[in-house]
Amino acid sequence: MSARNRELLTLFLAGLVASAAFASAWIADAAQIDQGWLPYAALLGGVFLAGHLVARVIVPEADPTLLPLAALLCAIGLTFVYRIAPEDGRRQLGWVAIGVLAFALVLVWLRYDYRVLERYKYVFGVSAIVLLMLPSVPGLGERINGVKLWVNVGPLQFQPGEIAKIFLVIFLAGYLRDKREALARGRLKDFGPLLLIWGGAMLVLVQTSDLGSALLNFGIFLAMLYVATGKLSYVVAGLVLFGAGAAALYNALDRVQQRVTVWLEPWTDEKVYCTINGALEYRQNCDSYQLVKSLYSIANGGYGGTGIGNGTFQTVDGTQLIPYLQTDFVYSAIAQELGLVGAAAVLLLFLALVARTMRVALIAQDGFSKLLAAGLGFGFALQTFIIVGGVLRLVPLTGITLPFVSYGGSSIVSNFVMLALVMLVSNRAVRGAPA
Amino acid sequence: MNAQLTRVTWMAMALIVALVVGTTYWQTWARPGLAARQDNEIQRVQEFQVKRGLILGPERVLARNRVERRGGKTLYFRKYPQGKLAAHVVGYSTVARARAGLEKSLNGTLTGTEGNLGDLVERQLNDLRRKPIVGDTVVTSLDVKAQQVALETLGRRCGAVAALDPRSGKLLVMASSPSYDPNLVEKRFGEIAKITADCRPAAPLVNRASQGLYPPGSIFKVVTAAAALGSNRYEPGSGFVDPGYCIAYGKRVNNFDTSRPFGNVDLATALQYSVNSVFCNIGKALGAKRILDQARKFGFYERPPLETPESERYPSGLYRQGDLWYPERNSDVDAGRMAFGQERMLVTPLQMAMVAAGIGNAGIVMRPFVVEKLVSPKGQTVERTKPERLDRAVGPVDARDISNMMVRAVEAGTGTAAQMSGYRVGGKTGTAETGVASRNTTWFIAFAGRPGRRPEVAIAVVLEDQSSTGGSTAAPIARVVMEALLPSTANP
Repeated sequence: MSARNRELLTLFLAGLVASAAFASAWIADAAQIDQGWLPYAALLGGVFLAGHLVARVIVPEADPTLLPLAALLCAIGLTFVYRIAPEDGRRQLGWVAIGVLAFALVLVWLRYDYRVLERYKYVFGVSAIVLLMLPSVPGLGERINGVKLWVNVGPLQFQPGEIAKIFLVIFLAGYLRDKREALARGRLKDFGPLLLIWGGAMLVLVQTSDLGSALLNFGIFLAMLYVATGKLSYVVAGLVLFGAGAAALYNALDRVQQRVTVWLEPWTDEKVYCTINGALEYRQNCDSYQLVKSLYSIANGGYGGTGIGNGTFQTVDGTQLIPYLQTDFVYSAIAQELGLVGAAAVLLLFLALVARTMRVALIAQDGFSKLLAAGLGFGFALQTFIIVGGVLRLVPLTGITLPFVSYGGSSIVSNFVMLALVMLVSNRAVRGAPA
Repeated sequence: MNAQLTRVTWMAMALIVALVVGTTYWQTWARPGLAARQDNEIQRVQEFQVKRGLILGPERVLARNRVERRGGKTLYFRKYPQGKLAAHVVGYSTVARARAGLEKSLNGTLTGTEGNLGDLVERQLNDLRRKPIVGDTVVTSLDVKAQQVALETLGRRCGAVAALDPRSGKLLVMASSPSYDPNLVEKRFGEIAKITADCRPAAPLVNRASQGLYPPGSIFKVVTAAAALGSNRYEPGSGFVDPGYCIAYGKRVNNFDTSRPFGNVDLATALQYSVNSVFCNIGKALGAKRILDQARKFGFYERPPLETPESERYPSGLYRQGDLWYPERNSDVDAGRMAFGQERMLVTPLQMAMVAAGIGNAGIVMRPFVVEKLVSPKGQTVERTKPERLDRAVGPVDARDISNMMVRAVEAGTGTAAQMSGYRVGGKTGTAETGVASRNTTWFIAFAGRPGRRPEVAIAVVLEDQSSTGGSTAAPIARVVMEALLPSTANP
């Protein structure tokens, strides 16, 4: 069977699973059995079928599991976003459609050879920094929930950080391929741009007080640096530098401090200073409220979960229990309603997506392609780890999105752009480099 | 580059495996601990998805459910059709203020979380069928009509009434004034806080019948008399000379009415007319520990057993700096003053009803209970309370002697206001002075039944901040409540 036919078959299977999940969320919400969910399922199916058809023409040899994995994650995300906030669910469906459109456009745009991107690596590098700084520009950026991540363009709001991440990976893939031998020899002057990146990351951290995306971008950078040079000492040095930088800034960043305190000690037996209202409160009722409620939600799932539509996300008087449930905390909703079995299954979908992307990097023939796929693959993994690990209290909680699953337009669209790039690399790797 | 790539791949996969491990930790290992946390609202919501069992009086519904659909869930909230009539026993179960009363102490039964294995399996099946969990119904022994009579007679006065069936320990009345409407607790708690009565603070949420600690005054003489007879050094005919006062620890303690010393009196007459000096001398002769040991046999120094929450029942006894205190040596206590109910003795109406019940029931104190039976959702009786003996407080002969003295006090003594035609009533008045004329705590304890039969009801009535005596204030309330109770208990 050809790769694309396997993709179609897998997409169909994913569609069945997703339809069952979405139908139960719909039926639970409507409190009666009807077919109102069908148009939505059909629409989503159609969107991915369109994506598949474009892939069939442009990247016929690309890995057939990538698109179905993304589709299934999207559908699970949609189901839960709809389950939590139906209005956001409808909007998310629109974003997924735009995301698949972006996916198709990238495929069409780079149909001959995506490696042209390498030529503009410095453009991407500079744009990445500019994009990351955008939210700090007065009058343009908006601070939401203490973090400057948003940019207002007319009526539209977007998170430039999501796009910057892709640009950064493209720049690093190009730059590191170019300089890897020199870097491996340890020529000091080649570290200049890298130190610049470190400085940039620190600057962005100070400007946006967003530890999550700083960690994500820097982590991707270190992983790619290691792949390019094979020097573990660089990674260690980088981690030390980042750690030292973050520690030096620790006192200056109230928000980071607060996150770390909450992470170390979410529950207190005595009332402590509450940064939200300045009064004395139990920390679980104040600074760590969100984390603690989310942990209760996860724990309530147990092995089998409550079932879709049967979880508890509201207090008795009907107020939302966990703020930002459909964005940063979507995983705690999934874990409650699907239980350990379902949550582990979702994590395994991410594992599969990461493993397949890394496989693309392994079989790719040129350095730029390898580094590009490795950066994107490790990016998926690290982003998943930072947000889910934050929700699970493995690491301090920082608000970033769960790829393909969380509610949010910028995130969905940029994830599909990344997927398109991986499929382009994959297609070329399998087909072998034509002249 | 592929060697590095493989390592980075392993690293990436390890990150995600760590997430699976983390999820497993919270959903299995840490789960019970989180579920038990006070601030876990998810558990709270689930509690309100349980169809709680009803709480019934023998013929009235005291607590039922109000069904509401919110956020796609069916929730059950409480409604108390009798309002303030049984508030202190039934309590409340709300979102805003947790629980009180039987709603608190029997939460497990009412929510069906306690039960045998068959019930648990059934419940799991219902859960799968998405049927609500249904709890057991609690049937109490409260006589709502007598309860109403008690509250109405108490009126604006602060105080309490506790009435038992001495033969079984069955609680018939537990009224505390001022009372509150438990239906207001959830959303209109402010109205409860604004309740006023003839005392400050009005404290309507306090169950004065089992949480109210009052100086007993002369009703404690019943305990002293029991100790005196039990010591075999006195008998009802033992003679005393009453000068109108008694010297205790060098201080002169007057009778209630000093203008008329009794002169030569016997013990029976002293109880009939509540002569302080006689009991003061008995107390000094017996010593405090002997009297306290007698009090213990009536149940003092323990929380009186009842199904209401432990925190809503206080033990009676000597208190020092707010804590229950048992003296090590006789000399630590002024036994003379304690013998007629002063000193640092504090008692609850429930405890004093148990004293009256013990005397009336030939010296045997029955274990008080208010829950008659538990009924499963299918209508089967799961558990029925069997009357149980708490202790033999006094010997049968002494019990008969003391009841005769108490009957004399009602027939022609301080408690004449409690007389009821057709019934043999024995009682004892009490007036604990606080030094301020209008702030006496007045008491009446009594038992009553048809002549020649064992008493069918025992009662304790307390009133705060009274200017008059127990005989004129508390005894009439006791009579009215007993009248409300007796016809129903006399014709089973």
